[in-house]
Amino acid sequence: MESTTAKHFHGGLHLDYHKEISSQSAIAACKPQQRYVIPLQQHIGAAGKVIVEKGQRVLKGQMLATTKKLISAPVHSPVSGTVIEIGKHAVAHPSGMEADCIIIENDFQDEWLERNPVGDNYHQMNSHDLRNIVRNAGIVGLGGAVFPTAIKQTEININTLIINGIECEPYITCDDRLMQERAREILSGADIIGHIIKARECIIAIEDNKPEAAAAIQAAIDEDETDFFQLQIIPTLYPSGSEKQLITLITGKEVPMNGLPADIDVLCQNVGTAYAIHQAVFKDEPLISRIVTFTGEGITQPQNLEVPIGTYIADCVEQCGGYSKDAYCMIMGGPMMGYSINSDQIPIVKACNCVLVSSSDEIQPANTEAHMPCIRCGRCVEVCPSKLLPQQLYWYSSTANFERAAEYHLFDCIECGCCTYVCPSQIPLVQYYRSAKSEIWALQADRKKSDAARARHEAREHRLLLQKQEREERLRKKKEALNRKKGKTEENELDAKKAAIAEALARVKKKKETQDIAPKNTENLTADQERQIREADQRRQHSQDQDDSAGK
Amino acid sequence: MLFQKASAPFINARANVHSIMYQVLYALIPGTLAAIYFFGWGVLINLIIAASICLLSEALVLKLRARPVAVTLKDGSALITACLLALALPPLAPWWLTAIASIFAIVIAKQLYGGLGFNLFNPAMVGYIVVMISFPGQMTFWTEPLGVVDHWLSFADTFNIIFHGALPDQSSIDSVTMATPMDTLKTQIGLENDIESTRHHKVYGPLFSSISGTGWQWVNMLFLISGIWMIKQKVIDWRIPVSFILSLLLISNFFAVSDYSSYPSALFHLFSGGTMLCAFFIATDPISASTTPRGRWIYGASIGVLVYTIRTWGGYPDGIAFAIVLMNMAVPLLDYYTQPRIYGNKEID
Repeated sequence: MESTTAKHFHGGLHLDYHKEISSQSAIAACKPQQRYVIPLQQHIGAAGKVIVEKGQRVLKGQMLATTKKLISAPVHSPVSGTVIEIGKHAVAHPSGMEADCIIIENDFQDEWLERNPVGDNYHQMNSHDLRNIVRNAGIVGLGGAVFPTAIKQTEININTLIINGIECEPYITCDDRLMQERAREILSGADIIGHIIKARECIIAIEDNKPEAAAAIQAAIDEDETDFFQLQIIPTLYPSGSEKQLITLITGKEVPMNGLPADIDVLCQNVGTAYAIHQAVFKDEPLISRIVTFTGEGITQPQNLEVPIGTYIADCVEQCGGYSKDAYCMIMGGPMMGYSINSDQIPIVKACNCVLVSSSDEIQPANTEAHMPCIRCGRCVEVCPSKLLPQQLYWYSSTANFERAAEYHLFDCIECGCCTYVCPSQIPLVQYYRSAKSEIWALQADRKKSDAARARHEAREHRLLLQKQEREERLRKKKEALNRKKGKTEENELDAKKAAIAEALARVKKKKETQDIAPKNTENLTADQERQIREADQRRQHSQDQDDSAGK
Repeated sequence: MLFQKASAPFINARANVHSIMYQVLYALIPGTLAAIYFFGWGVLINLIIAASICLLSEALVLKLRARPVAVTLKDGSALITACLLALALPPLAPWWLTAIASIFAIVIAKQLYGGLGFNLFNPAMVGYIVVMISFPGQMTFWTEPLGVVDHWLSFADTFNIIFHGALPDQSSIDSVTMATPMDTLKTQIGLENDIESTRHHKVYGPLFSSISGTGWQWVNMLFLISGIWMIKQKVIDWRIPVSFILSLLLISNFFAVSDYSSYPSALFHLFSGGTMLCAFFIATDPISASTTPRGRWIYGASIGVLVYTIRTWGGYPDGIAFAIVLMNMAVPLLDYYTQPRIYGNKEID
């Protein structure tokens, strides 16, 4: 199969992939375990609220936590059993932090919640209802970003659906195996997504180092009667699997800065996500398991396992024959973008695509303590897929000149690690960028806080001023009233005189007015008298008019 | 079980600054050997003086700055500075001149700015300019190249001239030194003698051989070959040498075509003086050069224009050091205004 691209992205790296370590055997099911730890937050967005109680029996697939907040995803029980604990537990996080989790004791009954799969009827369903199925199944982007999938699918009439089967990170083979073994289900899931967003074409993208996966997908496409699907082989180059870079490879277009793929009529989803959607629609099975690659020289039998979410890493590793004597560093994810964890008493979550247990020879992380100074050689510029200037970003990040760092587009860095990989001074560049980003976020939060504090302060000042004015006003009125009371006796005499004068004046005025308006003493007249007066008036008026005209 | 913590990426290309610096040093070897072959033992003695003074003064400042001495000395950057100075200074320059240039380069231009990676100016060029301005007389102590010279100076003679200023019997400083071809041409053109007659002059003629100058053309040729090897090895960026050579070629050819008798050919410019050393070893010093792709084009091309301008209309025979330092000054500006278009940014291109 020949690889094609519409347009190459800038930079990138050819790496040693080590995929054969784990890609040779079929996906094995992870043995049932005693205990499962389900973190509430396994996605980007708001954590769900717990809807079960401690001691409650739950069924397999039962929802454990959810929220009405838009950007969120519920979590479900991977087994039937009892909720034995709701509280903090160590989770997969670079800082080794603890988070809210629900711990479930397995009763080994494997008793499912009643399921009503939609199946092929999805063709008759509208986008909104299908999206709800996806949302309620707790499906998030399984490529690693774990963004709630239903939110991504809200734009409809998207021309191109890209199913990302690139898997460009070294060592990881979970998508590779999934495509080899469950190609039909992936296509079915892709078709459902296509139905939701009303896509006109679906391109399944695979790197040319996975010929078996490509063949399996092609075979499944050949079975399909529509011409909706199309396989595209992409030349192997890291990081082709990054959403933005993949979109450029396939469409030749760039996702606009601060924009979304939908802006250029594209939606990109991982093969694992498509598979999960198939499971949700055809089996009414929420996202309670995923394929995880266990690999590296530190693992005795590297392989891919289908792991229920919440299984301890230690339990999985045990099934892979345990650790070899070389086990040195445990990496969650791939060697380019993963993060190290120091304990295996941590549950597998939706985001875990790979657990890489490396030997000390296998990895050479950049030296955080003593690296050489940057010699501005520009190798980082050559490989940066976002076309940034990593050496300038480093200069500004390391000297805490965050404003300048942001000006040099720090936030367009996708943290792919290419710059750090090639740096001859072994500077941990990505780490500098990450810490600069979090510094800037902290500063922004601080500024927000201080802005709020200032607003609060100003509001208080204003309120106090108003209260003061009110008080003064009240005081003034009171004083006036008091004054009036006190000076009433003197004022009364004066007022009496004034009133007499005013009265007299008013009388005069009234008299004058009465004379003006009613010059005759014509009150209480009879109708006859009135008529006589009117006639007399008319006559007088008439003679007056004649005099006037004679006088002219 | 507890595991080692580290940060991503966990793998790297295993490139390092030391290997870059040493590859530059290896690339300097053929041209330097040719320079010793054509211009005598003085080049080697210069090299030894410059290297020891550069390393010594670097060690001293590092100690004063309480920085690791051994690691930094081993990075090879001070040796490159020493090597560039030794090749740029005249072979019979007195020892103290080389020492002053070396001290100035390392102490002032490099370490006082913060050491490797922080110097704004190319250290070797700063050292060169200091002695060029302060001691113009001694800066003309170029030996006659092999093939022109009447009597070849022995190592002992050269040593005596450099360290004691003692000339061999029955010779004056004028009899052992000679102007470089570029200097000669400049003087003769200044005297309104045309190039063709200068090239066939009975005294100066032998200085000019087929391409540019006896000895010079071979030294330049070897630096060109080494430079191409360095580009292949990705030790240096190709944009700066290409843009520098292209701009020098275009501008010198433009004037030469307009008047053959008073403007030397493009070929003469490209293979004379320090052209190729500048193109691949001096202008490409990444620390003091522009770091953006477009910035590097402008940087290299501007150096070409400046070199030609100083060579042709300036007061010095070769203008490389001044051109480099002038463009070093422009680097922050270049870097700022030549930022590449970021992925997805439609505003600028």
